Amino acid sequence: MRLQLNLKKQFGSFFLKMDADISGERIGIFGDSGSGKSSIVNLVAGLLQPDKGEIFLDGEALFSSRDHLNISPEKRRIAIVLQQAMLFPHLSVKNNLLYGYRRCAEQHRKIKPDALIDLLKLEPLLHRGVNYLSGGEKQRVALGRAVLANPRLLLMDEPLSALDDQLRYQIIPYLRSVSEEFRIPYLFISHSVNEMQLMTEQILVVNGGALIEVTTPERLARNRMAQSQGGYLNLLHLADPVNQHGLFACRWGKNTLLVSTGANCSEKSLFELSSREIILFKKHPEAISARNLLECTVEEMFNSGGRIGVVLSADGEKLIAEIVQSAADELNITPGSPLFAAIKASSFRRLG
Amino acid sequence: MLLTPEDITAIWLSLKVALTATLLSLPFGFATAWLLVFKTLRGKVVLEVLVNLPLTLPPVVIGYFLLLLLGKNGWLGKALAETGIQLIFTWKAAVIASAVVGFPLLVRSIRLGMESIDKQLIAASRTLGASWYDSLFTIILPLSLRGIVAGSSLMFARSLGEFGATIIVAGNMPGRTQTIPLAIYDYTSSPSSTAMALSLCMVSVVISVAVLLLHEMLGRKLDRSSAS
Repeated sequence: MRLQLNLKKQFGSFFLKMDADISGERIGIFGDSGSGKSSIVNLVAGLLQPDKGEIFLDGEALFSSRDHLNISPEKRRIAIVLQQAMLFPHLSVKNNLLYGYRRCAEQHRKIKPDALIDLLKLEPLLHRGVNYLSGGEKQRVALGRAVLANPRLLLMDEPLSALDDQLRYQIIPYLRSVSEEFRIPYLFISHSVNEMQLMTEQILVVNGGALIEVTTPERLARNRMAQSQGGYLNLLHLADPVNQHGLFACRWGKNTLLVSTGANCSEKSLFELSSREIILFKKHPEAISARNLLECTVEEMFNSGGRIGVVLSADGEKLIAEIVQSAADELNITPGSPLFAAIKASSFRRLG
Repeated sequence: MLLTPEDITAIWLSLKVALTATLLSLPFGFATAWLLVFKTLRGKVVLEVLVNLPLTLPPVVIGYFLLLLLGKNGWLGKALAETGIQLIFTWKAAVIASAVVGFPLLVRSIRLGMESIDKQLIAASRTLGASWYDSLFTIILPLSLRGIVAGSSLMFARSLGEFGATIIVAGNMPGRTQTIPLAIYDYTSSPSSTAMALSLCMVSVVISVAVLLLHEMLGRKLDRSSAS
């Protein structure tokens, strides 16, 4: 997917000026509230018109002030998932799901309702009224409804922001699996670095209505490690869980990690681990309550807003731990030095 | 209860006029409310004032304007007369009078219903492939049904009571254009007809209560179906 934006739009005293040409399947738009993120969504979807400029999707003009061209939203085939699910209150879950599908031309109907209902586990909700769904269920239906419209681009505008932490982690696997299974390119809009890390490959950072930089989730997460709610998120692919006295022993490269939430894991699952959940030791601690102790080497260190990010290598696997400057001085950490990293089994969060 | 055959005709005529006026106004009321709520128009204020004017103008004034417009020498009256349509002093004129007077009430209620619809719902339907009129009929119409029901009952009730404009454009001809209020007016001008006037008043009360009850029932039914 290639999206070209070259536009200007004035909203009262706020001025949005965007000049971007970006290609990819999982693109993030990152910025604080009021930075103009949501306006970009509305402009791309056709719900707002730029004052001047062009919008191209895969080389096709969606808007061009020069040619007086403005494709109406229903013809753009760009679906939206918003912060609020925005389900149609007078329709059942099933009719909500099929709203876009029924309006989609025959030749574009690649994603079938049955496959999607299966994937998002919507079967038990189908005949319920939308007012009897929980927040997470609503968002799952909204996602399904958007995907079933068989869009060529999916816009997700803070789809997780209205959910509490627990629900958020229930929805993320669905978001990921939908994008992997059906290969719909998307723009993921959020102010959360962690969500950017989980959902995107490439990120447009916007602020004050302008594009600041194009970056990767890795760089963004390292830069914002100190301010971000969950620090830097380490994403770990853990495999072959074996039950051991209530915990699960999983393979992580050549290492073995004990995690507490491995139940009904498939062979390979994705887990996240916050950089703040890792405690570093200079020497081997004799006895600790944390169930994981990894012998690591420091690969590199970086500074992020006064915190030190320590990039560790544990038998070839990479891990980033976050410490304060004084701790780094005390432990005398330099690239190449050996360290022990202690991680509690409950610090791992499963993502799917 | 004392009801003469002419009173019975007046009752039926009142119901017929009120129902026709309401049904006739519904599509226009819906369209006007939609324009006012969802469209950015130049001169929206003018439309707004025009729609609400009958609410503040004395009905007699409206009746007089209608008479000028639809009468033999009015520009619309002339055009209609050429096609053989005579409106003034028929029950149709009473319908028009009721429609004009009740229209702002209808629009106001539908508008309140429409304003409570989250704009993002409409945006969502558009991005899911619905054109503006598709969205109008599948999202806006069903979600403003409550307002439509409320507005219709209000307008129906208002039409039943229409007096000032009606007496000017439709006259007060027993059996032909005399509605309940006009008949009561006739009775009150002769001191011996108190019982007759009271009977018609009772009928008015019964019809009004029935309209209110129907409105409540429909409203509850809509609430139930939207909650399921």
